[in-house]
Amino acid sequence: MSIEVQHISKTFGTFAALHDVSLTVQTGELVALLGPSGSGKTTLLRIIAGLEQPDPASGPILFHDEDVARRDVGSRQVGFVFQHYALFRHMTVFENVAFGLRVRPRRLRPARNLIKYKVMRLLKLVQLDALAIRYPNQLSGGQRQRVALARALAIEPKVLLLDEPFGALDARVRQELRQWLRRLHDEIHLTSVFVTHDQDEAMELADRVLVMNQGRIEQIGTPDVVFHHPQTEFVMNFLGQVNVFHGRLEGGKVHFASVTVDPPDPVRAQDQPVKVFVRPHDFEIQPQQNGSPCIRAVVERIHSAGPNVRLDLVAESGERLHAEMPQDRFRALQISVDSQVFVTPREVKVFTDQG
Amino acid sequence: MSTTVTRLPIVVPRGRPAPSEPRAVRWLLIGTAAAFLGLFLLLPLVTIFAQAFEKGTAAYFSALAHPDTLKAIRLTLLAALVCVPAGTLFGIAAAWAIAKFDFAGKNLLVTLVDLPLSVSPVVAGLLFVLLFGRFGVLGPWLEAHGVRIIFAVPGIFLATLFVTCPFVARELIPLMQAQGIEEEEAARALGAGGWQIFRRVTLPNIKWGLLYGVILCNARAMGEFGAVAVVSANVRGLTSTMTLHIDDLYNEDITAAFAVASLLALLGVVTLVAKSLVEWRVARQVAQAEAL
Repeated sequence: MSIEVQHISKTFGTFAALHDVSLTVQTGELVALLGPSGSGKTTLLRIIAGLEQPDPASGPILFHDEDVARRDVGSRQVGFVFQHYALFRHMTVFENVAFGLRVRPRRLRPARNLIKYKVMRLLKLVQLDALAIRYPNQLSGGQRQRVALARALAIEPKVLLLDEPFGALDARVRQELRQWLRRLHDEIHLTSVFVTHDQDEAMELADRVLVMNQGRIEQIGTPDVVFHHPQTEFVMNFLGQVNVFHGRLEGGKVHFASVTVDPPDPVRAQDQPVKVFVRPHDFEIQPQQNGSPCIRAVVERIHSAGPNVRLDLVAESGERLHAEMPQDRFRALQISVDSQVFVTPREVKVFTDQG
Repeated sequence: MSTTVTRLPIVVPRGRPAPSEPRAVRWLLIGTAAAFLGLFLLLPLVTIFAQAFEKGTAAYFSALAHPDTLKAIRLTLLAALVCVPAGTLFGIAAAWAIAKFDFAGKNLLVTLVDLPLSVSPVVAGLLFVLLFGRFGVLGPWLEAHGVRIIFAVPGIFLATLFVTCPFVARELIPLMQAQGIEEEEAARALGAGGWQIFRRVTLPNIKWGLLYGVILCNARAMGEFGAVAVVSANVRGLTSTMTLHIDDLYNEDITAAFAVASLLALLGVVTLVAKSLVEWRVARQVAQAEAL
């Protein structure tokens, strides 16, 4: 089932949480709503679910071409997984998952045996069949999350919506559950939207990522496109660490921190001040000058624990730079703190100050 | 049940006792507290029963079996039977609205719920006299239609209702606020209707707090004196509740007065025990709400 929302706005009192947001999610797709807190991503998710009403002037909310904007959350057939799970604390795991089936009107309610069968099958799917008679407070965070997911799936939803699904878990469990959820999605192919503020999570899990900021959509695209071709300064800044320089666009060339480089795209703008963005791994570090334009810098600190080595550098012109490289490259360079190095930007992104 | 959930062992410190006051100071503090409790709580309680049984068990039971006493007991029970469910319904509705929804005038409602606790019961009684009494605002109209509220049983119900209505609400509001609305939202998303959400999700989560509120509400309904004294005129056998009857008997037959008082004292003891048991469960429910 596809989801389409058109021109959705939402104001809480005087605070505009969403400005004219439109989004289409294809059938079977897994889409991430990514943004900092307060960017409106959870509000958008809750509006899709029907837990929140958009402003009256907003456009339709289409589930497979059918407008559900006026329908209550209970009749939209959405599976919603809450950030803090919202498990019914006085019910066992089994009862929690069975709830959605038990509250159906009598004529739509499956027979007792069928409910039991369905619930146990779901609990097997989330690998919790052994804990069916436990209460939520007897479970770990990851287990609670999986109960919440099984409960949402029990009503056979047409779409699955997850609000910060891994937000309250520690890093290791988060990583495991992330991969597990991706496999589950590939297995059941349910149209899914999840909210996250963690860019790694969005990049790893989603088919497409929607980056939000201050109630607006900054960019929609595959993780690859969003990461390598950010359309706005915000997206560039939000997706991973980045070095920012205040430079100038002059005569079709970009000047910053004592280097001059060609802009990534053919220049369309006139001469003006610009912001130049370089990712740490896009800095090429050389122990000697090799002829290409470079920034002369001194190594201030080396962080070598991890798959990559990170260097804090101070440029001749005073700016601080962060560079990153694989361990073997670092060993080949044979540099240490206070060494002088020559830094060449391999790839830059340029945004004018107007955005 | 398999035990995959590992719990941290509870570490009990051994050996050195916790640092504390000198022995003399400790005994002085404990002694003061014990003396106070004995003098102001235990001694009066014992006196009530001693006085009640002063002329023997037979006199005690014949005092209780007096028709006027039985009628007073019946009226008190009736008032509790009417007011406790009404106060409970009001309390649940008010707490549900205050804790789970946002609306204009919410603070005003919270203040109003607390009002009966800040107003003297005598003033509350007078308020009803001024409203429904013969010379009150609605008095002439009521009299013309043959309805009697003041100096009659309905007045007693009204006065009792006024002083008892905050108890359940006050108990439930903080509990329901601590529990938040996420579970209700989850139930709604799973297709449950309003009543199903209340009965299957909200009510089980608040049941101990609710019971606690009901116990307090009942104790107050049976023990109320001031407000009821003003509105009832205290006609023996007709509009006399237990508290009013005790006050009445005290001037003529002390043993009978203490016999009736012993029933209320007994109610107090039972309430205290029930309250402590329920309090312990409420604390657990709140702790659970905070842990999840």
